Amino acid sequence: MSGRLRSVALHLLLVVAACFAAAPLLWMVSASLMHAGEANTSPPPLLPRDPTLEHYRALFSSLSLGRYLLNSLVIAVGGTLLGVLITSMAGYAFAKLRFRGRETVFRGLLAGMVIPGQVAMLPMFLLLRELGLINTLFGAMIPVLAPIYGIFLVRQYAQSIPDDLLDAARIDGAGEFLIFRAVVLPTIAPVLATLGVFTFLSAWNDFMWPLIVLSDDARYTLPVALANLAGEHVLDVELMMGGAVVTVLPVFLAFLFLQRYYIQGIMAGSVKG
Amino acid sequence: MSSVTARAEARAGWAFVTPGLVLIGVFFAIPVLGAFLLSFTDFDIYSIGDPASTRFVGLDNYVDLFRRPLFWTALRNTLYFVVVGGPLTAVASLVAALLVNSKLVRFRPFFRSAFFAPWVTTLVAVALVWRYIYHPQYGPLNLLLGLVGIGPIDWLGSTTWAMPAIIVLSVWKNFGYNMLIFLAGLQSIPEELYEAAKLDGAGAWHRFRHVTLPMLGPTFVFVGVVTMIASFQIFSEPYVMTQGGPLKSTTTLVLFMYEEGFRWWRLGIAAAIAVVLFLLTLAGTLLQLRLRRDRS
Repeated sequence: MSGRLRSVALHLLLVVAACFAAAPLLWMVSASLMHAGEANTSPPPLLPRDPTLEHYRALFSSLSLGRYLLNSLVIAVGGTLLGVLITSMAGYAFAKLRFRGRETVFRGLLAGMVIPGQVAMLPMFLLLRELGLINTLFGAMIPVLAPIYGIFLVRQYAQSIPDDLLDAARIDGAGEFLIFRAVVLPTIAPVLATLGVFTFLSAWNDFMWPLIVLSDDARYTLPVALANLAGEHVLDVELMMGGAVVTVLPVFLAFLFLQRYYIQGIMAGSVKG
Repeated sequence: MSSVTARAEARAGWAFVTPGLVLIGVFFAIPVLGAFLLSFTDFDIYSIGDPASTRFVGLDNYVDLFRRPLFWTALRNTLYFVVVGGPLTAVASLVAALLVNSKLVRFRPFFRSAFFAPWVTTLVAVALVWRYIYHPQYGPLNLLLGLVGIGPIDWLGSTTWAMPAIIVLSVWKNFGYNMLIFLAGLQSIPEELYEAAKLDGAGAWHRFRHVTLPMLGPTFVFVGVVTMIASFQIFSEPYVMTQGGPLKSTTTLVLFMYEEGFRWWRLGIAAAIAVVLFLLTLAGTLLQLRLRRDRS
């Protein structure tokens, strides 16, 4: 095959694959702008005949999607801030601070990575009940507060901090916490951005744990509320697509603006892992 | 370095890891141990009101579980998803990575982002989109298939097609993530290897078979382990799209666990399912690590 022909064939394949990836998302947006019942016609229309925002209005007025959006934001933003702080301290200490038992503890954590999170969920529910954390946004945040993969990711990155840099600060009389804040944090900022983006994503998209821990519908996150809505409004396709757009949009925007952090993080984690 | 600063450093080390370790200990390690303990008890809805009424029942929950046809159905469905969905995702990701990585490609970042986009979306939301795509009467999929003469299929309403439909959704959702991992693997292969193979007269297929594939070995293991662990945990897809039906044909282990535990409040039995899930994941991981060692 000539080079030109091969190039055309390659790009044709790429375009088909890109359509496969993007079509469901584009259609979701398109259907959310259709009038009620319009998507349920045969053949299904690709574009709204007369675009309308009525479903978004209904979602935010009578179906209180704004509240769920707020819950989701509190859980994802709060979980991310706390999670990144806790994880970066631990990851740095495992990489750079010499203390007895460090390797043993770290190996223990790594071994824990093969245990699926769901194994812990039943006792965790009982525990949170005892602690009075059922139906609280903090309870829903717990899985992202100290992710082991995050500690691993930060540790990998922090290992490249030169010891001399830390020792020089110690000789100048800086305390360990000051060193962490003034020297370490700026150095590992890129990996913290990656970690933050991932933590936000997993907190925002999580479904099973919030479904278990949040039973009061005033506390629902967007995915839980959406699943609930889908059960009650099976036939209102356009309305549900509106809800789906609202749920996906924040993570999608985060992806568009921060994609280099995603991509770096995934590629770095895999090569070293 | 003096011993005073060394001691200060060690103290700081423990202080820095403590918040993380406490959280992991309280909200992960103890609950995992708790799951094992719970699986040997008859903890149920009465125990929630009065924990003292819980009794130790030995292996009864496991015996009970292995006698229930639904357990074997859920296990079979989960393995179906793992064994078919996992390799399909891996192949789709590898093909996407090879296409994107080609030297001829223009607009590489655009295609890379387009393929990756589904992975960042919220599963519950896109599962609803796919539920519509699969709609027997109005769904775009049947419309497309109708053009080539394939007659309307009730994807999610059929015991044959519901699980494949869920697998296609999950391939769509996940292939972009693994594509990035394969891309990282491809880019770490030294260019000289290809040059040398070319000098030896190896064609494109030969270079792929004898340079690319062997060099991607560790990447395959990584993708395999990560995909498998995630696949064993499949829950949201059937929960949103089929509620485990029709006729339990998409009830997975975790969905079964959820229903036993949080719908019927039989936490003892549900914990036994969690333990089975753990053992399966562990066995799968060890097997893949073993394969990696045997090869190298």
